[in-house]
Amino acid sequence: MSGPQSWLAVLLGGAVGAPLRYLTDRAVQARHDTVFPWGTFAVNVVGSLILGALTGAALSGAVGAGAYLLLGTGFCGALTTYSTFSYETLRLAESGAVLFAVANVAASIVAGLGAVFAGLTLAQMIFA
Amino acid sequence: MRPSQARFTVATEPIDPDVDLDADPPGARGRGESRRPHRVVLAVIAAGGAIGTGARYGAALLWPTAAGSFPWTTLGVNVAGSLLIGVLLVALTEAWTAPAWTRPFLATGVLGGFTTFSTYCLDIERLVSGGRIDLALGYLAVTLVAALVAVTAGAWATRGLLARAARPGRAGRTGRRAR
Repeated sequence: MSGPQSWLAVLLGGAVGAPLRYLTDRAVQARHDTVFPWGTFAVNVVGSLILGALTGAALSGAVGAGAYLLLGTGFCGALTTYSTFSYETLRLAESGAVLFAVANVAASIVAGLGAVFAGLTLAQMIFA
Repeated sequence: MRPSQARFTVATEPIDPDVDLDADPPGARGRGESRRPHRVVLAVIAAGGAIGTGARYGAALLWPTAAGSFPWTTLGVNVAGSLLIGVLLVALTEAWTAPAWTRPFLATGVLGGFTTFSTYCLDIERLVSGGRIDLALGYLAVTLVAALVAVTAGAWATRGLLARAARPGRAGRTGRRAR
């Protein structure tokens, strides 16, 4: 896949992933009455699951470079966020909810890694 | 107090900065109610998301990291984005009366699209499955610590600058002392 098409795929994926993160965050936060940032946690875990599955499919040859740029680099990259994860952790710690801050870090990393691993393994089983 | 307001008792501002209540149509109040966000807000976030994602892709093209090596580019992107969101959101919540689109565009869109959690997790998995557990653990820890230090430094530095700017001018005090 050539330069301009690659860029188009990445930008398009990013333009869909970012507003979907916003909508998911709003929908999730509206249903949970805690200080824990469930919205960001949810998008980060779901995005990691999809990226893992995509990578598994790409390794098995089922997904091409263009689709990987659109859905992986673009969509999953924009759906998930590290900046908001960092900021929310800081806000929790500053507001005295240190346990929530530690739990946010631990849960996000454990669940994110588990999601990547699960997606990869599943996709490789399906597409092998 | 309605139950939906209880979450604000711990923090003075919402913990999750992506949910910008000011972006909602007037008359809609509280997080418990389901409201449809403005199409304009979604368009602004989409534009910002494309810009941030493009910047991350550009960085990956400029500084590619080979499989099995330390993912410096993703680390740099996530740490830089964390520093910038600390500066931006403190300035926006504590001083700067910016236009309503600023936060969804810059924070949710550009910085949210620029930084990535999924690639961070995938990088770690790839290093582990490639037998580089040392690099995987180092990358996991260094990214986390550097991003948290960066967001704290950004927020505190901005708060410090705002406090200095809010203090009465030195000229006034010098004048009093001279008298």
